[in-house]
Amino acid sequence: MPVDPSGDRAAKIATDPPLIEVRDITRIYGTGEAEVRALDGVSFDIRPGEFVSVMGPSGSGKSTALNVLGCLDSPTSGHYLFNGVEVGGLDGDQRALLRRHYLGFIFQGYNLLPRTTALQNVELPLIYKGMSREERETRAIAALDKVGLAQRAHHDPSQLSGGQQQRVAIARALAGDPQVILADEPTGNLDTKRSVEIMELMVELNQSDGITIVMVTHEDDMAEFGSRLIWMVDGKVESDRPTKRAA
Amino acid sequence: MLWETVKLSVQSILRNPMRSFLTVLGVVIGVAAVIAMVTVGNGSSAQVTSDVESLGANLLTLQPGQSRMGPGSSDGGAARPFALSDVDAILDQVNSVSVAVPTGTQSIVAVFEGENYQTTVTGTQNGYFEARDWGLSAGRLFSSAEEKGKSVCIIGETVRDELMGRADPIGQKIRIESLNCTVIGLLEVKGANTFGMDQDDTVIMPFKTFARRIAGSTDVSSITLSVRDGYSSDRAIDDLTALMREIRRIDPGEDDDFSVRDTAQIAAMLSSVTSVLTGLLSAVAAVSLLVGGIGIMNIMLVSVTERTREIGIRMAVGAQASQVLLQFLVEAIVLSTLGGLLGIALGLAMGAVGSAMLNVPFIPDAGTIALAFGFSGMVGVVFGYFPARAAARLDPIEALRH
Repeated sequence: MPVDPSGDRAAKIATDPPLIEVRDITRIYGTGEAEVRALDGVSFDIRPGEFVSVMGPSGSGKSTALNVLGCLDSPTSGHYLFNGVEVGGLDGDQRALLRRHYLGFIFQGYNLLPRTTALQNVELPLIYKGMSREERETRAIAALDKVGLAQRAHHDPSQLSGGQQQRVAIARALAGDPQVILADEPTGNLDTKRSVEIMELMVELNQSDGITIVMVTHEDDMAEFGSRLIWMVDGKVESDRPTKRAA
Repeated sequence: MLWETVKLSVQSILRNPMRSFLTVLGVVIGVAAVIAMVTVGNGSSAQVTSDVESLGANLLTLQPGQSRMGPGSSDGGAARPFALSDVDAILDQVNSVSVAVPTGTQSIVAVFEGENYQTTVTGTQNGYFEARDWGLSAGRLFSSAEEKGKSVCIIGETVRDELMGRADPIGQKIRIESLNCTVIGLLEVKGANTFGMDQDDTVIMPFKTFARRIAGSTDVSSITLSVRDGYSSDRAIDDLTALMREIRRIDPGEDDDFSVRDTAQIAAMLSSVTSVLTGLLSAVAAVSLLVGGIGIMNIMLVSVTERTREIGIRMAVGAQASQVLLQFLVEAIVLSTLGGLLGIALGLAMGAVGSAMLNVPFIPDAGTIALAFGFSGMVGVVFGYFPARAAARLDPIEALRH
């Protein structure tokens, strides 16, 4: 996607059809007395190219919402449309295909495979896309280059700092050429300087590559890197507004 | 995709070589045990067959008395011995026999220049060497003049060693009991027979010399025979039995008071014993293969728990349950197949060492190797399926949280 001049870009995002439509979703764990309503009637749209920060106190359902968006979890009721397709009606294998081709994940704990080089870690989603070895390597190197770690391609995670590991994880999410990157507290384990570096990288991916980003965080400073902030309490959306940066 | 999965599983096996090795150790030992057992067993069978053939392939022995198997069987002492005339009668009348020589043995002490050695002396004729398929490594056989009762003898390698070391025995005089006899020949080395008796520990002299000077009677304690080429040993045994019953005047309906021993029968009996033993030991070894498979299943289950997060990551980046199942299944199969290969190599090595130690030929069996290899792969499928299914059924969120 070409880089839009900033004024047009905001206007375009506002008029594009939504990439993600969430309508009155609930996610209930347990039954009877032990019933927990992790999500209790959540609705919002996310348009292509948005960078959405999701915040809220612990237990507010923000991680559950991210898992539902990532097709790792299924809602108990309500509708979730991705590109206009009802995801609630897909089985496990179809949801895996959706993750494979449209989604990328970034986790708080990086979740890299141990004793596996950065390059092999980044290649992992491409294996499931059925790419040849050469193509995988080319793409993985390109993704590592984008996060500034091409020269560390053959290092194990144990030889990398936390910030570098998270950048490898971003490269892995990026390599599969996703429409949406879902990030679960990506800076939770990092100091402020590294956190800012990671966030600047994510903003860069959002702005110049047009990748839609949904990020759960509990740090106000980090949330401000997004263009929109959804605040959740008790499984419900309490507020949904543009960030100061976007405003 | 499948080939990709195989390569990935090899990678993940090599990521932890020590654990991988310990995981398949059971299969390695099981396969190695089966291969080693069968290899050594085959070698023993072949050895037994060739040992028995070293007695003389068409060798028959006629002995007085019935030699039945089992306790209290030997009535040989009471039975009438044969006479030299019996030997002539056999040569005259039994066509299916090419050699028949009287044979008597006695335990004696041989003396040479102050060296004493306890051995066995056999009195017989030149035909004995033909029947036993036994050549000389030095010297010559008995002349016809010597066969009439001269003091000469042919000695085995062990007797030569014990009495005179590596010295040339031909022409030396050794004393056997009261008899001074000249050594005219040295027997080829035959080694131990099937029962572990050293066949080279012997002195052979003309039957007449033996009868007159050692045994003190012309009774023939046994007759050594060779089946003529083109006749079966059963035919020869029937002919001999008929003739001996006539000579010894045994009425129809009465039991024989002599017996004919056939080396081919002994060979068949011994190799059937060996193969039963090989079968039993292989069965025990096969059980250890099963135990090895359970070992693989155990470690794979632990591995699934240990790698729960890895499974979660793979699912998050788009792996389907069937792909996770395939990965773990292939890993188990590759692991156990590698174990099988290692076991085959180890088993062959053990078989080679065992064969060398037991002094039997080294005969690896291709069929058994193929079977052990296939079985180790199957162990992977059977015992890898359950852990693989456990991995595939994981919930990705739970797995990532692990």
